Amino acid sequence: MRIAVGLGKTDGQARLERQGISRRDFMKFCTAVAVTMGLGPSMASEVAAALTGKRASVVYLHCAECTGCSEALLRTYKPFIDSLILDTISLDYHETIMAAAGEAAEEALDKAIKNPDGYIAVVEGAIPMADGGKFGYVGGHTMYDLCKRVLPGAKAVITMGTCAAYGGVQAAKPNPTGSVGVNEAFADMGVKAINLPGCPPNPLNFVGTVVAFLQGREIRLDELGRPLMFFGKTVHELCERLPHFEAGEFAPSFDSEEARKGWCLYDLGCKGPSTYNNCPKVLFNDTNWPVRAGHPCIGCSEPGFWDELTPFYKN
Amino acid sequence: MSEIKKTPQSNYSGSVVVDPLTRIEGHLRIEVEVENGKIKDARSCGTLFRGLETILKGRDPRDAQHFTQRTCGVCTYTHALASTRALEDAIKVSIPANATYIRNLVLGLLFMHDHLVHFYHLHALDWVDVTAALAADPAKTAQLASSISPRPAKAADFKAVKERLQAFVNTGQLGPFTNAYFLGGHPSYYLSPEANLLATAHYLEALRMQVKTARAMAVFGAKNPHPQFLIAGGVTCYESLTPARIKEFTDLYKESRKFIEEVYIPDLLLVASQYKDWAAIGGTENFMAFGEFPAVGGERDLNSRWLKHGVILNRKLDAVQPMDPSKIAEHVRHSWYEGDQARTPYEGETKPAFTKMGDKDRYSWLKAPRYDGIAMETGPLAQVLVSYAHKHPAIVPLVDYVLKQLNVGPEALFSTLGRTAARGIETLAIAQQVENWINDFQTNIDKGDKKIAENCEIPDKPCRGVGFVNAPRGGLSHWICIDDQKISNFQLVVPTTWNLGPRDAKHVMSAAEHALVGTPIADPKRPVEILRTIHSFDPCIACAVHVIDGQTNEVHQFKVL
Repeated sequence: MRIAVGLGKTDGQARLERQGISRRDFMKFCTAVAVTMGLGPSMASEVAAALTGKRASVVYLHCAECTGCSEALLRTYKPFIDSLILDTISLDYHETIMAAAGEAAEEALDKAIKNPDGYIAVVEGAIPMADGGKFGYVGGHTMYDLCKRVLPGAKAVITMGTCAAYGGVQAAKPNPTGSVGVNEAFADMGVKAINLPGCPPNPLNFVGTVVAFLQGREIRLDELGRPLMFFGKTVHELCERLPHFEAGEFAPSFDSEEARKGWCLYDLGCKGPSTYNNCPKVLFNDTNWPVRAGHPCIGCSEPGFWDELTPFYKN
Repeated sequence: MSEIKKTPQSNYSGSVVVDPLTRIEGHLRIEVEVENGKIKDARSCGTLFRGLETILKGRDPRDAQHFTQRTCGVCTYTHALASTRALEDAIKVSIPANATYIRNLVLGLLFMHDHLVHFYHLHALDWVDVTAALAADPAKTAQLASSISPRPAKAADFKAVKERLQAFVNTGQLGPFTNAYFLGGHPSYYLSPEANLLATAHYLEALRMQVKTARAMAVFGAKNPHPQFLIAGGVTCYESLTPARIKEFTDLYKESRKFIEEVYIPDLLLVASQYKDWAAIGGTENFMAFGEFPAVGGERDLNSRWLKHGVILNRKLDAVQPMDPSKIAEHVRHSWYEGDQARTPYEGETKPAFTKMGDKDRYSWLKAPRYDGIAMETGPLAQVLVSYAHKHPAIVPLVDYVLKQLNVGPEALFSTLGRTAARGIETLAIAQQVENWINDFQTNIDKGDKKIAENCEIPDKPCRGVGFVNAPRGGLSHWICIDDQKISNFQLVVPTTWNLGPRDAKHVMSAAEHALVGTPIADPKRPVEILRTIHSFDPCIACAVHVIDGQTNEVHQFKVL
């Protein structure tokens, strides 16, 4: 039997070993994280150090969302990532998986945000701002009020996914609920979230961001608040089908010989050239990404992509 | 099997509110009135509105699947599939055999994934006291494990889990278990320490297993959640025809199936055998299923499906009826919209009319769909009951096996326990069937058929269509109207509005509200009994609140199509 989690002691490496995760496997994973962060494989040992230190408290809030980002987080694909979530960070509030409900959940949140060691706040979902926030309530409070209580006091704020970063699908025209991203909603309170857009975001980008934060490393952001280590290049630049683009080899339809041969999907609407993300390099679920599956990129890590990059099947 | 325990009950009278109701998808608030320790009244409140249907209007019909998929990241794919089927119905395109195989395989793995995660990560903590596992004897736990499953079990493994758990508790940072209702003991939890340790070990192990099951979906679907490989006319993933991809998928499938057969189902039966009092709590009366997994060439034909559609009224298994969508109507009398009556197609003009949180009259962003004026339950229990009533050869032996193992009659199915057991039955039946679909798919490829998509265009003239999916949470349908090659109207009718909507115009409760009435509450400060029944429906509130746009009851258009 393989058990997923090494619960609790301070020596992370020993924990991992007890779970049957060898130093070699662990370093392999850390190398992958380091490479994702654009650090180069030699930085793996620093990543390892960050991942096996004291458990940092994380408060994860859900606003106007579909829980796909949380699901993506659960799908992190190296065999021991779930144990890192339970063991490296202390996930003190997360409505999808926490045992407590109702008042007991509310108390758990209170306890977490009064933690003298501080906490990292993660937000999934947009903030509905219309009509005093009436379109979204949690525990009897509007989502805006909930975030207002939690975000300004956090050591760091991370937005998980395009909704929390920029408003996402519910903010598409005509945006009936007045939804906006975290930085737009709470800039006046000094909140400066690190944005990890994507629909869903790649969970490895989340792990990499947490690692960088725990290391105290400077996280350089682009003008849209995205870490350059993940969002520094376009999907197009990293795409395995780029040679076809450059050779002028385009698939004219989905049921065509060219599509079968894996030619460029630009004429079928691919938004890779407008989209900054590392999907082709990092992959999803350790196995695939949309263009490899023959489907155009829809640009899901760009602000306003639901309006500005649609229709999806035209360029 | 053990004797049936008497469900603990307090003498509390008063109201109990659970908000946020956690371990679900979305934002849900449950309000109940308790009298002498039993629930006598219940309200289910969806507390988030997003308005996706409004957003869809005027857009390219082919884009709809990407928008609707974002209604829910948990039952992800089902909305993309429903939208794609709706569009294919509107433009009357048939899809190649391989596309049907691939779609069925991905949907099959979705059921395996979704129900597994539900059982262990969303529902188990309602029955399993993680901290009580600390008192378990690892050797006895291994014996228990060996007695319920062919899987080899070692005392050393359980000892290791117990030690890790102890170390975790000693840190004082309980993470996701902080403030759990079971902490410090709770009279309504009655598994043995060994059963608690066994389930806790599998809770953790299942966290890893589900990663692989999800990966299987991504092998064809590009990613999970939110796969990106469907188009009207088929699928785009030519790589899924290659031996390497099929093997990758098959290996992940086999491992997932083995886990379901050797871990999930035995655990389910173990837990159920200890909570047989819950076979008399939380039942409903009326059931509706859409059926699922179309035959090749029958993507748009409900009658071609492997599991059949149907409606059961008043628990009468001997009188299953075909499902007739024209009998569906949606009510807003108790929702946060203007109006009092069920609305007819295109007549509805829903205007949000929020009153206040905690209002007893209008109390949810969800509407209240009814079938022929009757509140229905949909989901695994409905699909299993309909299949059982149809004497489906894959379902009947599994239902009979579960009933025999628990030493209960079919009436036990109409309960919270029955609902949770039916989810396992549905999972197992589909998991076993997937193997046949893989073989059929491979045989078809071997014959030289490499086609996965049909090119198609959106016509100039107006058209409309419907797509039905029996999702892991129940009957889902998308209704699209196209005019001038753009979406003129779009409607989602989703499982959770049936199960967890509010009262209707006649003030009749929804399935989950009805199911809560009569439930004993042992400790009003820690009302785990509410969680048990609500979680047994596996609510998906983000889906549900999307029903609530202006143009309602397009479902009545079914007869016109």
